[in-house]
Amino acid sequence: MAVTQPNTDLVIANRRETRNRWLLLLPSIVILLAAAVGPLIVVVIYSFLTAGDYGGVVWHFSWDGWLGVFTTSDPFDGTLSLANAHISILWRSVKLSFLTTLFCLILGFPTAYFIATRPVTQRDGWMLLITIPFWTNLLIRTFAIMGLIRNEGLANGLLEWLGIIDHPIQMMFTDFAILLGMVYVYLPLMVLPLYASMERLNFSLIDAAYDLYATPFRVLRRVIVPAVKPGVVAGSILVFVPSLGAYVIPRILGGGTQLMLGNLIELQFGQARNWPLGAALSLTLLVMVTVALIVYVRASANEGD
Amino acid sequence: MAKRKTFDTRRQAGFTAIAAFCFVMLYLPIVLMAIFSFNGGLALTRWEGFSLVWYVTAWHNEVVQAATIRSVVIAAVATVVSTLVAVLAALAMGRGKSFRGRSAMFALINQPLMVPEIVTAVSLLVVFAWVKTTIGYSGLGYLILAHSAFCIPFAFMPVRARLQGMDQTLEQAAADLYASAWQVFRRVTFPLLWPGVLAGAMLAFVTSLDDVVITEFVKSAGQDTLPTYMLGQMRRNLTPETNAIATVLLVFSVVLVVAFFFVSREKHAKAQL
Repeated sequence: MAVTQPNTDLVIANRRETRNRWLLLLPSIVILLAAAVGPLIVVVIYSFLTAGDYGGVVWHFSWDGWLGVFTTSDPFDGTLSLANAHISILWRSVKLSFLTTLFCLILGFPTAYFIATRPVTQRDGWMLLITIPFWTNLLIRTFAIMGLIRNEGLANGLLEWLGIIDHPIQMMFTDFAILLGMVYVYLPLMVLPLYASMERLNFSLIDAAYDLYATPFRVLRRVIVPAVKPGVVAGSILVFVPSLGAYVIPRILGGGTQLMLGNLIELQFGQARNWPLGAALSLTLLVMVTVALIVYVRASANEGD
Repeated sequence: MAKRKTFDTRRQAGFTAIAAFCFVMLYLPIVLMAIFSFNGGLALTRWEGFSLVWYVTAWHNEVVQAATIRSVVIAAVATVVSTLVAVLAALAMGRGKSFRGRSAMFALINQPLMVPEIVTAVSLLVVFAWVKTTIGYSGLGYLILAHSAFCIPFAFMPVRARLQGMDQTLEQAAADLYASAWQVFRRVTFPLLWPGVLAGAMLAFVTSLDDVVITEFVKSAGQDTLPTYMLGQMRRNLTPETNAIATVLLVFSVVLVVAFFFVSREKHAKAQL
């Protein structure tokens, strides 16, 4: 009895702690279930239902939503063929996201290196300069890019004034415009993690490599890049993921002709009125993003070993 | 004996030039946009003299006024709600102690950051459309709920970071001196936590104020916020009025971010003492 008494006290205390903990967590759980996770589950269910004639769904099981991601069915005999429109949009999304990541890396790597090699007291200030655009409205930055590349915009005006061109080059509503917008908007996401890993770089290793007659390129390839690889992986994922799901940038700079996956999804819930297909496309996007995130977690876990 | 270096090894050829290009390119478009908000004429890119006419136009535009008030109301309520629940959640799971369901809870809190915005937007559209027709309510509540949810991770992160860096002996000392649990929280934990709470609230507010995608899908007719109003303008009639609104919003965000920077830097300075 004397031995079990403290034990039961402990059990009661533990129980109370657990109860208090979940009471504290309850409000977040309720809000996130109501407006984040719950709706996502509904989308999963909707992707297996039949499309209603005027939007919405009919509660009747169907694979049509998922089949529609890659195929179109012939309205007369119902045979399936590859949906070229969808595949080209999917391909554009992946291609542009990949190119965005690549250009952000090419531009972000030297920028992060530049900041990491500044005196310690200046680094925070330089990083603030990178962070400010990151926290300003994505819509405003896209709009700002639009001012640059419109037919009457600064870039064309400058080229005409210089006499290089007679007529404005059509840059808006092209893949180039979307690419430029995404690189501009997502560049800070590349610089932030790159800088975090470069800040810890041991510069005496670089000195040593130079002392041993390595060329600058060799130093970059054999010393700097391996040391900052976690930052490169993190930055690439942080840029690739939102690029893949981009909606505002292609809507404004692609102008309804150069669709990306995000716009295709919107189309299904809007004019096309095919909610199950829209749901299936949303989940396709989600799966692609999740795969990228898993690759990222795996890569960073390996680095930790 | 110091060896005389033939060149600075910290300089990689061309890196500084690319960095300079990036810094210029990050700011050039937004600076140009701000400059043309002061343009006297209708043109977006041809200078026709300095004027504040577009700021005055925007100020007197009733649609803009209503959208601004709506944006601020939604952001304010969402900030209070998300910060409050995020602080509670951080207190429950901030300190290293592991418990069953902890990683699931982390996944739940970070969910809004992992799922693409467009996917969250359409999923909310689907659910709220059904709720609207079922219960007949179509007010701002849906937008506030949606914003509160996606602001939670932004409010959570600084609070949790602050909790992890906190000296637990102070709370133990207070408890040893017979302070009640509430007194410990009120007099010790919360004052120490405050900069994190403030930083989290600022991030939540900016995030809510800047949201376009989720708001665009969740809003009912006539519930435009400032960003969705601008999105609409960009497809219809672009005048420097949009520049003026964008510039005001931009300046506001920048002020908040710089304030956040100094709040969190102060934390750093104190942590090093």
